Amino acid sequence: MSAGDIPPARPRGAVARFDADYAAYRREKRIYAFLFGAAFVACVAVAGITAKFDVLRLVEGLPRTSEFLVKLIPPIGYATFSKDVAEWYWDINKWMGSLLNTLLMAYLATVLGTLAGGILSFFAARNLARHYLTYWVTRRVLEVARTVPDLVWALLFVIAFGIGPLAGILAISVHTLGAQGKLFAEVNENISPLPIDGIRASGGTWWQEVRFAVLPQVIPNYMSYTFWRMELNVRSATIVGFVGAGGIGHDLFTAVQLLYFSDAGAILLIIVATIMAIDVLSEHFRHRAIGKASFAH
Amino acid sequence: MTVQLSDITAADIAAERANFPGAFSAPLRERAAAWLAWGGAAALTVYCLQRFGFLSMDFIHGVAKFGAVVVAQLFPPAGFADLPMFIKVIGETIAMAFLGTLLGAVFAFPLSFFASRNMTRSRPLQFGTRRFADLLRSFDYLIWALIFVRAIGLGPLAGIMAIAVVETGTFIKLYSEAIENLDRKQVDGIAAAGGNGLQRIRFGVLPQVLPMMLSNTLYMFEHNVRSASILGIVGAGGIGFLLADRLRAYELQEACLIIMLVVLTVYAIDFLSKTLRERLIGDHRRREPVDDAEQVPAPR
Repeated sequence: MSAGDIPPARPRGAVARFDADYAAYRREKRIYAFLFGAAFVACVAVAGITAKFDVLRLVEGLPRTSEFLVKLIPPIGYATFSKDVAEWYWDINKWMGSLLNTLLMAYLATVLGTLAGGILSFFAARNLARHYLTYWVTRRVLEVARTVPDLVWALLFVIAFGIGPLAGILAISVHTLGAQGKLFAEVNENISPLPIDGIRASGGTWWQEVRFAVLPQVIPNYMSYTFWRMELNVRSATIVGFVGAGGIGHDLFTAVQLLYFSDAGAILLIIVATIMAIDVLSEHFRHRAIGKASFAH
Repeated sequence: MTVQLSDITAADIAAERANFPGAFSAPLRERAAAWLAWGGAAALTVYCLQRFGFLSMDFIHGVAKFGAVVVAQLFPPAGFADLPMFIKVIGETIAMAFLGTLLGAVFAFPLSFFASRNMTRSRPLQFGTRRFADLLRSFDYLIWALIFVRAIGLGPLAGIMAIAVVETGTFIKLYSEAIENLDRKQVDGIAAAGGNGLQRIRFGVLPQVLPMMLSNTLYMFEHNVRSASILGIVGAGGIGFLLADRLRAYELQEACLIIMLVVLTVYAIDFLSKTLRERLIGDHRRREPVDDAEQVPAPR
């Protein structure tokens, strides 16, 4: 029995109407897809022209990039492994000192920025701010602090404080202040008023309200954000050195500028190892902080 | 039996505390550990303050200089004669972010399938791709920019490549997470109907993950406009070059104008991208099949 033998059991009109509707729908979708595609291609073209995107220069440059990347690691022989590595990391003491400086810079910037941001977050939370004006001004201050990139803050602070880690710490602190202030304010806005009422009903003082009703609700989230911020700040601390604001970025910048390839490679390897280690550590601590959060509620 | 609050005496409370110490306070060991952690953090902070010169007169002088020299000289912004040039360079900055994000997305799209546990049979390949992505991501944009400026010369091309390389890493991670979270049933349906590998991806995977991918890509574009605005500091094109130049020449008022332009641009791009993202995701939610009837357009 062939397919043609099956009698038309369904109402023809409905199928035809469905087919027509479906075709119209497909046509409309295709037109939208075409318009979107055309707009996208136009964007790419405009962007390519504006940014002077030159494929030839790129094709020319890519082999040089890989050459550069290869030169970062000096030849290391199997037999002379430890000697070669020791030679590669000839300045290890200085670099490790820079790394320690970088980590401490990130730590101090996280602490200072978080403390300042934490205080401002109470003014930037809609449910805690007393006056609309303070709320509005605090919000704008936080916005500017985090929208201006930390490297620009670093350039500004280098003018006033001179070259060195101090400028870098202040730059990262200001950026941290802006970010933490906003995130903490959101946490503050989401607290439940019930524990506060409870403490107040049983005759607690203002300090007891804060200590036993507010802090247990917000501290775990604060901690989680702070560990995450620490992770980001270590990254920032490795690059503020590019503009003279201290840390291992200064060593890297000098090595690249002077074409000391194997030095640059050694420092890059130190940075990667540090960033990856900090990622793992921060995640571990964040999970612990969040674990306490779910326990507190 | 009812207990009045006034019936409870201090002796009762003391008795309860003796019976159930855990209900009144954490064990001594836990409290000691907490105090030790906070005390250690505070001590380290004081040490750092001392080490980096926050506790010296130089710091006070620096603060005074920052107020007197930097903040006072930033305002009012000046250099409006150069405004057309600044705006053109900001356009270049946005174009760098756009092309860098696009290239990153193009590179990462095929690689993200290798990095997804549910798409790749070979564990080493999947693990290797993920670690490769981590490696690309762990260097900041500025470090890649430094490398590309050395290799392909000064200019926006180096910046575009720096953004593209970091974003390849980021997108491999984000895309493969989206792919790993998809609903297996659609893919199985295509397979059951005899679809080959490519058809399974086109009709089973893409409709589920594309809105998520687009949303992530737009979000990173937003982020990259910020990054692109500083890449010029190491010579990789964009407004950062002009900004660093003005700051190093103590042309603070012109620098202030540039900073304001950057902030405004970032706000504008944030707003645009947020609107587009909400539309994309909103669109996706509206069309999410609840039952078959909703997938067929209603006759008009």
